[in-house]
Amino acid sequence: MTAALEIRNVAKRYGALQALAGVSLEVAEGEFFGLLGPNGAGKTTLISVIAGLVRADAGSVRVMAADVVLDYRRARRMLGVVPQELVFDPFFSVRETLRFQSGYYGLRRNDDWIDEVMQQLELTDKADTNMRALSGGMKRRVLVAQALVHKPPVIVLDEPTAGVDVGLRQGLWRFIRRLNADGHTIVLTTHYLEEAEQLCSRIAMLKAGRVVALDSTRNLLEKFSGLELQIRLDRDALPEGSGVTAVAAEGGRFTVRLRDYAELEALLHRLREAGAAIREFELAPPDLEEVFLRVMASGDATAPSRSGRARGA
Amino acid sequence: MTGFLTLLHKELVRFWKVAFQTVAAPVLTALLYLVVFAHTLEGRVSVYPDVGYTAFLLPGLVMMSVLQNAFANSSSSLIQSKITGNVVFLLLPPISYLEFFAAYLLASMVRGLVVGVAVLAVTAPLVALPLAAPLWALAFALLGSAILGALGVIAGIWADKFDQLAGFQNFVIMPLTFLSGVFYSIHSLPGFWQELSHLNPFFYMIDGFRYGFFGKSDFAPQASLAVVSASLAVLWVAALRLLRSGYKLRG
Repeated sequence: MTAALEIRNVAKRYGALQALAGVSLEVAEGEFFGLLGPNGAGKTTLISVIAGLVRADAGSVRVMAADVVLDYRRARRMLGVVPQELVFDPFFSVRETLRFQSGYYGLRRNDDWIDEVMQQLELTDKADTNMRALSGGMKRRVLVAQALVHKPPVIVLDEPTAGVDVGLRQGLWRFIRRLNADGHTIVLTTHYLEEAEQLCSRIAMLKAGRVVALDSTRNLLEKFSGLELQIRLDRDALPEGSGVTAVAAEGGRFTVRLRDYAELEALLHRLREAGAAIREFELAPPDLEEVFLRVMASGDATAPSRSGRARGA
Repeated sequence: MTGFLTLLHKELVRFWKVAFQTVAAPVLTALLYLVVFAHTLEGRVSVYPDVGYTAFLLPGLVMMSVLQNAFANSSSSLIQSKITGNVVFLLLPPISYLEFFAAYLLASMVRGLVVGVAVLAVTAPLVALPLAAPLWALAFALLGSAILGALGVIAGIWADKFDQLAGFQNFVIMPLTFLSGVFYSIHSLPGFWQELSHLNPFFYMIDGFRYGFFGKSDFAPQASLAVVSASLAVLWVAALRLLRSGYKLRG
């Protein structure tokens, strides 16, 4: 399978700021890929390099095997980008906007597809409304529609749900999931880690212009996030000598951190041995937010995990 | 080709949608100049024998309108797109810098020429204007609008804010047009100022355009054509180099 995106050693500096310090990653065709990182980590710069909006100082990017500089016409036809800012041209209606955008991609008669995209994004009754008169959520949908006029195989969404209400957000994700199911490669940046966890099969985390984690969502969750167990016992304290320690205790409720599910059995066994009975039990599964915080705190997550394995061997 | 045609179409629709501001307003301005200056100076100033001052003035005003509006079209469209951010919709698609330039340039020329023709049409009942060499007039109108359209592209790319663009317009375009012999023949100026006027490319555009109407000019039209063509070449090369480098458009 060819790579939808091939990013090799991309570097970009703005004055004193090293926005990207040698980023390499590949996104396979058909993937739903998440690009995460705090503000200023370089996500938008990386997307801009992919889209040809910013020229990298070093390195190369290929979209569906087309180099974004040397073969920019093909690369740009392969790519649909939903920009982060809510931008629009106040001179035109929704339909005019989408027709012009089609024309820029060389598509003369595109009304059937424009109608379909508008319908999917529930824009049909706003087709002849001027862009200025649309609400923020509606403008966001038009941005998505504009990125899709030329049916690009690779779609990049830069924080598409920032400032969007819950209803629209879910509608948007349903639509994008369907695009992904139809074979489109999706690259997404978002600040809503819950969304990334639900949608993305693989995730890269950026920090200060570097990739600090790159793995499948499941592996990241397993590798970096522990389980959090909340228990209430038939007594007010954890039994002494059981070897079980709580990270927090409140009103007879103890919070215990586990590294993985295997530790759970041992813990239950130790409590039983100490004669303690469990009254309440709640297990919080690993979540991406914790992974994110731990990766960002540790600096470079790819290196420690490798050295950790080396030490174990 | 479709990308270029679509961008040209969009640029034309853009100014046509606000034609009241982009066409009617400059026509009214030219008309006001004509009425006020003609009223004050007709019969007092004579530039060429057999040519009244009002008739002399009119081609100058037409050309001034062509030039200013050609500049305004590309520069204001680009700065608006940059400031609102929607220029991204032109940078994402596979449009080459040549297509980009050609579309903005042609739309500017159309706007300039539409305003010029409108000024001529509105003033036709008021002023009897000969048309001694129409092809010369047409050539200078086309070249002049092409020069100012390109200058508008450069200014629109360079400026980050509206006031920078206004500065360009007020401190470069306006003085150059006003001191180019729109309202007078430079032969009426003292020697030093006459020499200085010869350094102003706008002078040759106006003078050459006027030749098309009266068959007379301050300078030989062939020489003016050479100067204007050279200015065109310089500005086109400059604009294309800026666009190719991605200056201020692609970070």
